[in-house]
Amino acid sequence: MNTRAYTAAKIGAEIAVPVALLAAWQLWTARADSQFFPRLSTILVEFRDLWLFSQFTSDVVPSLERIALGFGIACLAGIVLGIPIGLSRWLRLWTTPHIEWWRAVPPPALLPISIVLLHSIENRQKVAFIAFFCFFPVLLNTIEGVRGIDPTLIETARSYGIPRRERLWRLVLPAASPQIAAGMRNSLSLAVITMVLAEYFQGTNGVGYVLNISKNTYQMPPMWAAIVLIGVLGYLANVLFLLAERRLLAWHRGWRRAEAV
Amino acid sequence: MPVVATGDAATAGAPADEVRAREGRPPRLVEPLIFVLSIASALLVWELISRGGLIAERDLPSMSDVFSALWDQMHTRHFWASVAQTVRGWALGLAVAIALAVPIGILLGSSDFLASAFRVPIEFLRPIPSVALIPLLFLTLGTQLRSEVFLAAFGAFWPLLVQTMYGVRDVDPVALDTARSFGVPRFARLYRITLPSAVPYIATGIRIASAVSLILAFTAELFMGLPGLGQDLNFASANGDTLQIYVVAVAVAFVGLAIHLLSTAFERRALRWHPSQRTGTA
Repeated sequence: MNTRAYTAAKIGAEIAVPVALLAAWQLWTARADSQFFPRLSTILVEFRDLWLFSQFTSDVVPSLERIALGFGIACLAGIVLGIPIGLSRWLRLWTTPHIEWWRAVPPPALLPISIVLLHSIENRQKVAFIAFFCFFPVLLNTIEGVRGIDPTLIETARSYGIPRRERLWRLVLPAASPQIAAGMRNSLSLAVITMVLAEYFQGTNGVGYVLNISKNTYQMPPMWAAIVLIGVLGYLANVLFLLAERRLLAWHRGWRRAEAV
Repeated sequence: MPVVATGDAATAGAPADEVRAREGRPPRLVEPLIFVLSIASALLVWELISRGGLIAERDLPSMSDVFSALWDQMHTRHFWASVAQTVRGWALGLAVAIALAVPIGILLGSSDFLASAFRVPIEFLRPIPSVALIPLLFLTLGTQLRSEVFLAAFGAFWPLLVQTMYGVRDVDPVALDTARSFGVPRFARLYRITLPSAVPYIATGIRIASAVSLILAFTAELFMGLPGLGQDLNFASANGDTLQIYVVAVAVAFVGLAIHLLSTAFERRALRWHPSQRTGTA
């Protein structure tokens, strides 16, 4: 097969397969007429009615707010704590058992504890829960990123008498940033998951809450609309982060390419 | 080594040996000593915060109470039955995920055409949080083991699939072309060249999938009322039994830690022959 025809076929398949899958879903649900699997068209209509925009401010905005706050706090804490731990072997020896422990805990195990400790099922508890579990990927990647810096760079900066503050801002943070970004990307998808968990468990509003309520009242279209919305949120969060990363770390990619040549 | 799709901490950065050599080794006993001291002091702080009243004992039972309650429960049948149920959900979910993700990943990874045909569905399904499926499973498959296994397998499938695809695609093309020109048949090429070079990726994928599988097995029990540690936590929470909430959480954390250590050991063993694990090479 010549290359151009092959490329065309590939692009065609890339478009045709998802379209075929969606069509199959619509046809299957239309034929099956199951109460649990509403037609795709029904779900999409429900999606529009619920989220665009009647319950947008009441349920979608609170969820987004929690994700943003929890994720933001986790990133800040992870970077601020990760840099000193990455730079100091003693701190690392001291903290490793705790980091390994918390990393092994399944997040939902702490849901009841977060409610008991914080006396809240409102934003405070939700944001704290999200932030706690998003913290570890950022922390670990910051530590590894800082550890991976070429020691000659740090020593050169030191011997040129560059003050500590400057060293951190101009050398350590930029050098570790690609790996910090990788940790933040993991955290962001975790933020969507923990948001759903926290709202589904106990709550008064949010996407996870809608999911739970529509399940309890056997309302299938809103339940599916919530599932689709959570999927879209997870997907968009990932795409937006990749775009931001590509922009912010453009210098890094360019540098790497130059080095590879 | 290229940065693996998950951005996992262990796969990038300077080689551990180099870092260790640069920092100089501490005296032999110092590392384990700090390890023990660090854990002991954290437990002590917990005890003091609770006994000292910084956080009321009603909200944070003391460490000694939690561990003695856990110790008591470790002598009951119910406790071990719960642990076994949670572990069973994890194991079945992981097994199903491996059985599906590895062959499909090899297929999609070795065909450029198939990979682009399924790129959009995979990119779209992969980031969907599996927890969103809980109510659907609750209503369709019901409160049964298969719901738990489905959820665990669904969650564990995606990271393993992507890792396998990356691994297969990362095969040295020169090695493949050489084998082809020597007339090595297709299946032998897959078995002798593609698979061994994808093993590091697959092993890392299995480690990640294993953690995901446990989280989702536990979540399924918590939210769907399936027997296991998750259900125990749900009962404790519904009864407002704070001590029990902590006991179950600590128990789950230990199960998680055991599975984490197991899968890390497995990964290391699977990679024993691989250059990235060799020590003392130039």
